[in-house]
Amino acid sequence: MLWLPVAAGLLCFVVPRRGVPVVAVLGTLGTLGIAIGIVAGFQGGTAGLQHVVDESWIPDLGVRYELGIDGISLFLVLLTALLWAGATAFTAFRMPERRRIYFFMLGLAETGVLGAFLAQDLLLFVLFFDLMLVPFWFLIGTFGGENRIAATTKLIVYTLVGSLLMLVAAIATAVLASGDIGHLSFSLADLRANPLSSGSQYWVFCFFAAAFLIKMPAFLVHGWMPDAYRAAPLPVLALFSAVLSKVAAYGFLRIVLPLYPQATVHFQELILVIGVAGILYGSVMAFTVTNVRLIAGYSSIAQLSFITIGIFSLRPDGADGAVLQMVNHGLVVAGIFLIVALLWERSGSEDLTRLGGMALRAPVLAALFLIVALGNLAMPGTANFIGEFYILFGVFQSKIVFAFVASIGIALAAYYSIRLFQRTMHHRRTENVDSREIGVRDAVVLAPLVGCIVALALYPGLILGRADSSVQATTAAVKPEPNVITAKGWTGYAPVSEVTK
Amino acid sequence: MTFTAPHIDYAGLSPVIALTAGIVVVLLGGVLSSRHQRLVVSALSLATLATAAGLSVWQWGNQEDLVAGALRLDELGLSATLIAIFAAWVCIPLSWRDPAAEPEGTEPRHTEFQALLLSSVLGMTLLAQAQNLIAFFVALELLSVPLYVLCGSSLRRERSLESGLKYLIVGSLGSATLLYGLAMIYGAAGSTDFGTIDQVLTNGNASDSLVLMGVALIATGLAFKTSVAPFHQWTPDVYQGAPTPVTAFMAVATKAAAFVALVRIFDVALGSIVDDWQPALSVLAIISIAVGNIGALGQNSLKRLLGYSGIAQAGYMLVGVAAASELGVNALVFYLAAYALMNLAAFAVVVVRERETPWGDDIKSVQGLGRERPELAWPLTISMLALSGLPATAGFMGKLFLIEAAVDADHTYLGVAIAIGTMISLAYYLRVVAAVWMRPAAEPAPAMAGGSPEADEEAAPAPKGTRCLAILVPAGICAAATVFFGVIPSPLVDWANHAGGALAPFF
Repeated sequence: MLWLPVAAGLLCFVVPRRGVPVVAVLGTLGTLGIAIGIVAGFQGGTAGLQHVVDESWIPDLGVRYELGIDGISLFLVLLTALLWAGATAFTAFRMPERRRIYFFMLGLAETGVLGAFLAQDLLLFVLFFDLMLVPFWFLIGTFGGENRIAATTKLIVYTLVGSLLMLVAAIATAVLASGDIGHLSFSLADLRANPLSSGSQYWVFCFFAAAFLIKMPAFLVHGWMPDAYRAAPLPVLALFSAVLSKVAAYGFLRIVLPLYPQATVHFQELILVIGVAGILYGSVMAFTVTNVRLIAGYSSIAQLSFITIGIFSLRPDGADGAVLQMVNHGLVVAGIFLIVALLWERSGSEDLTRLGGMALRAPVLAALFLIVALGNLAMPGTANFIGEFYILFGVFQSKIVFAFVASIGIALAAYYSIRLFQRTMHHRRTENVDSREIGVRDAVVLAPLVGCIVALALYPGLILGRADSSVQATTAAVKPEPNVITAKGWTGYAPVSEVTK
Repeated sequence: MTFTAPHIDYAGLSPVIALTAGIVVVLLGGVLSSRHQRLVVSALSLATLATAAGLSVWQWGNQEDLVAGALRLDELGLSATLIAIFAAWVCIPLSWRDPAAEPEGTEPRHTEFQALLLSSVLGMTLLAQAQNLIAFFVALELLSVPLYVLCGSSLRRERSLESGLKYLIVGSLGSATLLYGLAMIYGAAGSTDFGTIDQVLTNGNASDSLVLMGVALIATGLAFKTSVAPFHQWTPDVYQGAPTPVTAFMAVATKAAAFVALVRIFDVALGSIVDDWQPALSVLAIISIAVGNIGALGQNSLKRLLGYSGIAQAGYMLVGVAAASELGVNALVFYLAAYALMNLAAFAVVVVRERETPWGDDIKSVQGLGRERPELAWPLTISMLALSGLPATAGFMGKLFLIEAAVDADHTYLGVAIAIGTMISLAYYLRVVAAVWMRPAAEPAPAMAGGSPEADEEAAPAPKGTRCLAILVPAGICAAATVFFGVIPSPLVDWANHAGGALAPFF
């Protein structure tokens, strides 16, 4: 499954020009099919890995080619496959110029993202984490809008600053742990079993957190976001915003919490502060800017901040909510961006002041958009509501003050989402808007997305039930730490049992 | 009474012998008429290189002293030899030029060019194997002198002559410094043999300040040769001025041989005073990473850019030496091989574009390449991404290896320095890739032509397909190998481990 997209991408170079989109779409659909198969065959209620591949790769450096899937990554993989199939089909209908390289890069990007979700080896994760940047850099730089080269370079420099430090931190983790393991190993299972001393955990944690926060983007390190969002082609942006940010959140759950439990407890409040600030900042920005892309971008900051504080509530319910919310947000934001692409085709503008009245002759488009927008504002009855509820529930139990402030974010989300919907769909029609119904082909892409949003709203247990045991295991890694700390004579911290109550 | 001649291990010396014989034969090729010259001479040179490479592979795994201990045959030396031979092998097709496009006498004849190239390879082979101060110095000069000439070999181009002269002066200064340092070490230890020096220093009966001065001067001298900052000033000028094939060879092969020599002299002869030189080399590495990467930021000339990038890469490699561990040497050899692949691919593309466009090696010459000449765009892109250390390339694995060596030797700050350097470097490597894929081809502007180094002699830019093929194939192979070793690095890692393992007794 992992290599299918890039193989299809390579195939694009050899088939005739007309066949290129077909091959690309088939490649992503094939991946999607495999992903669905894995989800269907997944055994819920266990925390362990399934479908494990474990091969020796570079024995001298202790790097193994180790893949596996568990409850946390399961639906993120499915989300990735689904959105990629959607976005590929969406562009395939539009036949971009230089399509070979376009679809090759898309395929490479999908491989990178799936690799990051599946990797069970720390170094393999870092490798895929970096690898996925390259195709996005190409896609934005080659096919983007105005000012694209500056924007995309800013993007990659920002994100690689984080991920290169992460590389050093990953190597340091393995080398420092090698004394206990007996040999050099990057395997997550080995590293979990042999945690670092708390002193090293702190700086290693900082490097990892920096990488993930930049990627999200979180508040204070989101500087690359507006430029990149303005310049990126919309289907690419949909993927970027929907999936890549999730890799970062996923990294927190997969890597940081289990591997650096003491540092996680130590820095919990700092991350929570960043998260809450991000919620407020993102929400406020989202209802002041008028560019549609940026509204979605800033709302992503807010939503990702929600996910972060859910994870850093360090409670299973908060983290459960975060996992659910990752999938939800991915679906919703991809839907928004694809709809924005349609709006742009109909009006030639992405500015709220120049949009309006779209719903007049396009009721289906409007309805689809309404569902997506309601999902974004976490209306009760959508899965986003359940996700945010879980997150807040978790945070309430660990840090009540943060939960209060974060709740404001939900109210603000309602405002900007409805504003986005109203200004584009209702209102007086501006003269440049051509109110046209959604085409059948685009509907084929959008309808499954919206269908998934609705399905999750009706039955969120689909995800929660499968994710729960893995999440429990992950957060449990953080919990028993105080005993270890006191056993080592560390008394600098309140035990987590007190912190969490 | 019978006279017994000293035992000569012809098998161990065979690569050296093959190269020497090859040089003589190639020089004899000069008597041929210029019509056949290129073909015959190139065939002879390539055959020589292939023979030497084959013999090196044959000797792989042997570890013994040659020529009364002056040379050491081991995998470390042989790996540097192989890299140098590979670089020369690629460089020869790069140097073929269209005879019709050039008047007689502007370019060196193939005989001289290739004989000098082979001499330089011979010097590198010896340098990488030398374990005696005298052999060390002689080999270094044998490496350098042909290069001085090669740099100035474009006789009608002022820049090339300037670069040759500049390299001669700076290189001689470096050699002189080095020689002074070697003399001091000899004065302190009383021996020219690396092993004996090590014993004397281990026993502590050497006057300390003399040794330290010697070490400092040797480090300086070798830093000149490997273009490590702050002894790097010649690098961008010489790289830009020299004919591009020579630059490619110089960048890759000199670095390989000089770094292996650096490892041998520091880790073998001076291994017992590692605490004295380790901080110095670390500082040099950090300075080099900073200077190289920052210097490259504003460059518009691709060759200058690659020159500065070479300074930064030298800094990364120095980390492998400064780690002073077997892992460090392994990482260094791995990186040298990866560096050779990445750089040769990039230079090959520069050579082609220099001939095709009026912009010489200006970054403009590669604009719009992605659309027009994907067969050139891909090698350049892969090489740039690999040099900047992005995953799925040999460059990433090399950096990974080096950082691991640094962290393992308890010099985490060096690992962080590599990471920070890499971030800065992205800005300029990606600029090139952006020019290739994201900008439209530059419009020809005659006014620009004067500013570019090789353009002034380009009468007929349009290349013939066959000529291009001779360059495209090596470029493609290098690029493909870069990706291959990025995805499946094990063969190269094993190779590097063998090379580093040769020094294992010294750590």
